[in-house]
Amino acid sequence: MTKRMYPFYFVSIALCFYVVFTVVPGLMGIYLSLTDWNSYAKEIHFVGLANFKTIFSSDENYLLGIKNTVIFTISTIMIKTVIGLLLAVLVNKGIKWKSLHRVILFLPAVIPMLVVGIIFKSIFEPQQGFMNEALRAIGLNAWTQHWLTDIQWAFKSIIAVDVWKGAGYIMVILLASLQAISNSYYEAAEIDGANAFMKFRFITVPLLMPALTVTTVLNLLYGLKVFDTVYVLTNGGPGYATEVVYTQVFSQFSLGSYGVGTALITVLFFIMTLLGYFAIKLMSREEQN
Amino acid sequence: MKNKWMRNSILNLVIGLISIIAIIPILLIVINAFKTSYEASSMNFNLPAELQFQNFSTVIEKGKLVHSFFNSFAYSSISSLFCILFSAMAAYVLARNKTRINRVVYLFILMGIALPMNYFTLIDVMQWTELINTRAGIIVLYMVTQIPFSVFILYGFIGGVPRELDEAGVIDGCGPKRLFFSVIFPMLQPAAVTVFILSFLNTWNEFLLPLYYLNSAQKWPMTLAVYNFFGQFQQSWNLVSADIILTILPVVILYLLGQRFIIAGMTSGSVKG
Repeated sequence: MTKRMYPFYFVSIALCFYVVFTVVPGLMGIYLSLTDWNSYAKEIHFVGLANFKTIFSSDENYLLGIKNTVIFTISTIMIKTVIGLLLAVLVNKGIKWKSLHRVILFLPAVIPMLVVGIIFKSIFEPQQGFMNEALRAIGLNAWTQHWLTDIQWAFKSIIAVDVWKGAGYIMVILLASLQAISNSYYEAAEIDGANAFMKFRFITVPLLMPALTVTTVLNLLYGLKVFDTVYVLTNGGPGYATEVVYTQVFSQFSLGSYGVGTALITVLFFIMTLLGYFAIKLMSREEQN
Repeated sequence: MKNKWMRNSILNLVIGLISIIAIIPILLIVINAFKTSYEASSMNFNLPAELQFQNFSTVIEKGKLVHSFFNSFAYSSISSLFCILFSAMAAYVLARNKTRINRVVYLFILMGIALPMNYFTLIDVMQWTELINTRAGIIVLYMVTQIPFSVFILYGFIGGVPRELDEAGVIDGCGPKRLFFSVIFPMLQPAAVTVFILSFLNTWNEFLLPLYYLNSAQKWPMTLAVYNFFGQFQQSWNLVSADIILTILPVVILYLLGQRFIIAGMTSGSVKG
């Protein structure tokens, strides 16, 4: 009966779209990254690993872009997780206006990344932007900065914007898990004489692990593809200081040098296939439990 | 007792401060959208002398927002609807008939959550399918980007729909199509709403695909329109703010109305039970 009632063509529509528009371009990319493909010459020549040599050569800026992407991903995950966890624990405690806080804290997560970039472009404006004006207003003139054009600060500012947008998202996911933890664990621990820290360390954290795994994996996949914020806030500048893989991919696209661009995406394709493999193993293990 | 009161007030203060940091940038935009261009040249919390409602009509006209609004609306809603339909059909068969092959297919589709789009080779595919620079093309791409996660959510949900329903349907003489569309699909409503809202938000907020694949302003969605407007009117922050509000209003409303569903969708897979 199962064979007849659950026909495979039900799956095939979604599968076909997915294969044609995601998998096939990805696989084609592996081949075309080995060519000098570009938008202005008709013929395509095989060039071996030349594009990858360009990417991994120290005379170019691609390595910097990869390095920045990794730094961005790791630092935003760590900061957002710490803040998100703190917020979740706080909101879960006897806080006034709990649901109002939750609504506000999650709000940044639903606003388009691009729009967030534009808003912070105004806030970080050195002369009349809100950030520096607020610092001056409370007498911290020395703290004012050229947030987006100073090489010391530009990348940190981008990270800060991402934390502003994403911490609430982690909070919401962790909060849902916190609320699912039965109070009886804590009561039992209290009888055994556990203090607040021990309860957090030995009950809360282990029971939040599945949720923390999911937020980390999703943020990892998201962080490696970061584009909108960087594109609007600094467009890779000053110089190449804040270039990430996706801004470099877009520059290659605009320049028409598809070979190098495809090679860049292909590097990402391999990394993300690997990460994705571990991610789905984790996600499907959760669901079997 | 006094100690506890102290601790509670500190907790409330901390979370209050963080909430203020979260809302300040948004309030800043709201206030400045009602100022004159001169007043908004410094973006701060000084209230406008007079509320400039005409900023919104100026923006709608100069930014050609009516077009973009309907484009965005069409892109997001049509792609989300097809996404639900195809994802539900796939998830249903994959979840009900767990053969080895179906298991592999399911994990293969889930890989799509991770895989990056190759924007270069995708040009070729878009040309072969004659979808390049068309509205249909963007709808298809939006749908494709949302399918893997939607299959994941729906697959989990279908596991909780009792199999007895299927059996009853078969006994009543349903074929596979009728069984799915008139018995199972209506049962998926809560998950389908979640999938629709998440997919609508994601696609409304998306910026990269139209940036790569739509070159005529007529077809631009709101995100691209607001970016372009920002490029042209960088000096008039009052207008840029008004444009931003019009862009985020639909998603903020959808968020406030559908909070429950959004959280349900995002937490699926991270919370057991």
